Amino acid sequence: MAELYQTQRAMRNIRRAALQRGVIGILDIGTSKIACLVLRFDGTGTFRETDGVGPMAGQANFKVIGAASTRSRGMRRGEIDVMAETERAIRTVVAAAQKVAGVRVDQVIACLSGGRPTSYGLAGEITLEAGRVHDHDVARVLAACDAPDYGRGREVLHAQPVNFAVDNRSGLGDPRDHVGNKLACDMHVLTVDGDVIGNLIQCIRRCDLELAGIASASYASARAALVEDEQELGSACVDFGGGGTGVSIFVKKHMIFADTVKIGGHLITQDIAQGLRVPLPVAERLKTLSGGVEATGRDDRDMLDLGDAATGWEVDRRSVSRADLIGIMRPRVEEILEGVREVLDAAGFDSMPSQQIVLTGGGSQIPGLDGLAARILGPNVRCGRPLRIDGLAHQFTDPGFSSAVGLALFAAHPQDEWWDFEMPAESYPSRSLRRAYRWFKNNW
Amino acid sequence: MPDVIDHRPNRQPPFDRVKRDPAPSRLQYRLERMWLRPIWRRAVRVGVPVVLVAAIGSIWLSDEDRRARLSDGVAQIMDKVQSREEFQVRTMVVEGASPVVDDALRAMLPVELPASSFDIDLTALRLQVMQLDVIESIDLRIKPGGILSAVVKEREPAVLWRHSRGIEILDKTGHRVASVTSRDVRADLPLIAGEGADLAVSEALLLVDAAGPILPRLRGLVRKGERRWDLVLDHGQKIMLPAEGAVIALQAAMALDRSQDMLGRDIITIDLRNPSQPVLRLGIDARNTIRTARGQPLLGPDGKVIVEDGKKGG
Repeated sequence: MAELYQTQRAMRNIRRAALQRGVIGILDIGTSKIACLVLRFDGTGTFRETDGVGPMAGQANFKVIGAASTRSRGMRRGEIDVMAETERAIRTVVAAAQKVAGVRVDQVIACLSGGRPTSYGLAGEITLEAGRVHDHDVARVLAACDAPDYGRGREVLHAQPVNFAVDNRSGLGDPRDHVGNKLACDMHVLTVDGDVIGNLIQCIRRCDLELAGIASASYASARAALVEDEQELGSACVDFGGGGTGVSIFVKKHMIFADTVKIGGHLITQDIAQGLRVPLPVAERLKTLSGGVEATGRDDRDMLDLGDAATGWEVDRRSVSRADLIGIMRPRVEEILEGVREVLDAAGFDSMPSQQIVLTGGGSQIPGLDGLAARILGPNVRCGRPLRIDGLAHQFTDPGFSSAVGLALFAAHPQDEWWDFEMPAESYPSRSLRRAYRWFKNNW
Repeated sequence: MPDVIDHRPNRQPPFDRVKRDPAPSRLQYRLERMWLRPIWRRAVRVGVPVVLVAAIGSIWLSDEDRRARLSDGVAQIMDKVQSREEFQVRTMVVEGASPVVDDALRAMLPVELPASSFDIDLTALRLQVMQLDVIESIDLRIKPGGILSAVVKEREPAVLWRHSRGIEILDKTGHRVASVTSRDVRADLPLIAGEGADLAVSEALLLVDAAGPILPRLRGLVRKGERRWDLVLDHGQKIMLPAEGAVIALQAAMALDRSQDMLGRDIITIDLRNPSQPVLRLGIDARNTIRTARGQPLLGPDGKVIVEDGKKGG
């Protein structure tokens, strides 16, 4: 796990440098759209009473000074498919956001929705020699977690200590200075395909940007869409995206599970295009403007023109009722929700103390989705919009931008994957003077 | 539509290409990011105009002829402005100066009138004029109407000072006014002599005032040791005054003279250097009269006793 230490430390250093400069970029590369926010950190955490935005979740020390979004290109199922196209899309959105902000962005934090995320729960245990938990004991117990075989080419994206236990006292958030003989920790590790991360890094580097951090999209959107109590008591966040649907489960303010269902909004569009024999842009328009999942009597009389007004009346004069559209969309949405149900079952969501489910992402704006989800997933369902952050324009506050907003919160308060403890002495090369120094420091 | 349509194969008619890609090209993206750097912005907004102006100026000035033409043109314009009617000085008016000084002033003016006021450096002219000893102060100005006005205040001659290099006229502060060749030129002025006499002219003038009754007999004042005055009268008489309180001592001597006609007697020197104890030195005749009355041998003109032929004195 030493290289995990090193990559996380390198990214943390870049992030610190960016925060020192005061400007950092947020890049949410999704399958259907790419959003870029430019954040300015004033550092002092100035809280402006007059703005009406309270210090919610402690994000008051930054301000969005530039935001832009564009249609995504070259992405498929949350992964980069055509790198040059994606690079162009990133250039477009970064140039637009920079233009709004008036400053240059050098460091960005990006999120990744694809790459077959897999969750692992690890456990580690050490005996405390000093009878008290010190900093280096935390580092040691984190290093003592036995890592399973992730598989070839898998890379760790998140590794968060979820729980600490000293002797038989479990559920500690911060075990430092606790007295005991044994320290145990549970860690949640999320791995993704290394090639996917490599492609993303390469793509961002080709835009002359520096990657200051990387997060899973389902984690980021959950941080923006779940309120603090839900994160504490346990809840699942379902992020309906274009290329896939991300599921993440939070308890005790830590993500304990994340997975994706590989069916997204694009598949619904595709169904509409195939079922009604219309081009994809028309299908997309029909889906976003008139889509739904619950058909009523009125929807039978509600006729929709299939011809695009822009292409002219001579192209297509057909029209369908809204009930037909809903009839096409509903099975696919149900399929997505069934997939989510399977994921939640696999994660043991039933045994959680609170079973709140929050729907977010662009797909969660389908009318009637919460009713359908309540029938399939469970009674406690709500549609979540991202947290309000300072300076974000109104058009960026819809549920589709929750992962961008979550990344902004992540940049301001990185829920540190591994706490920034020094590496355990065992990992140092032997004959190191620093090792001797550390040994002296720890023993006297 | 073009007038002539090319129907040859592989010659498609040109159509307007609409740029569909909203993405900035890599070069454009990099340039935009470069432009967002403040240092670049400043360099382009300030540096480029400065360099451009400097380059154009230096290229234009690199030719010898152009430089000459430029300097000629500037000189011409300056000349034109300076020789305007409004700046012409036509006459010079000197007030409060004697004819000699008036002539000297006019001779000192570096340019011939009429001239432009830009050519007359009043400060330099004033410094030059102030080097004349006779002038105490001068007020030089150019008045409207093209008049160079000089208001001169001359030093007033107070005493003549005879020293080893000649005779000079001094004013009441002791500053030199002019030199004269002989005492007769200014017979009305009192004469002082001796080293350092010019430093005590004011005291000398007070003494001259105090010596009112004997003024016709006064030959002059002699400064002794740069410390005190001797009042020299005719007939070889001399009043030696103290360094301090000379005027009071002289007034006392004048009172003695008035009451007892002291100076009318055969007295060579009245020594008032110690004011409380005036000492008189008698002349040879007086002393011989006393000696005759006492039956002592007479004194010769050199003040020595005549031994061989004692009857010779008198």
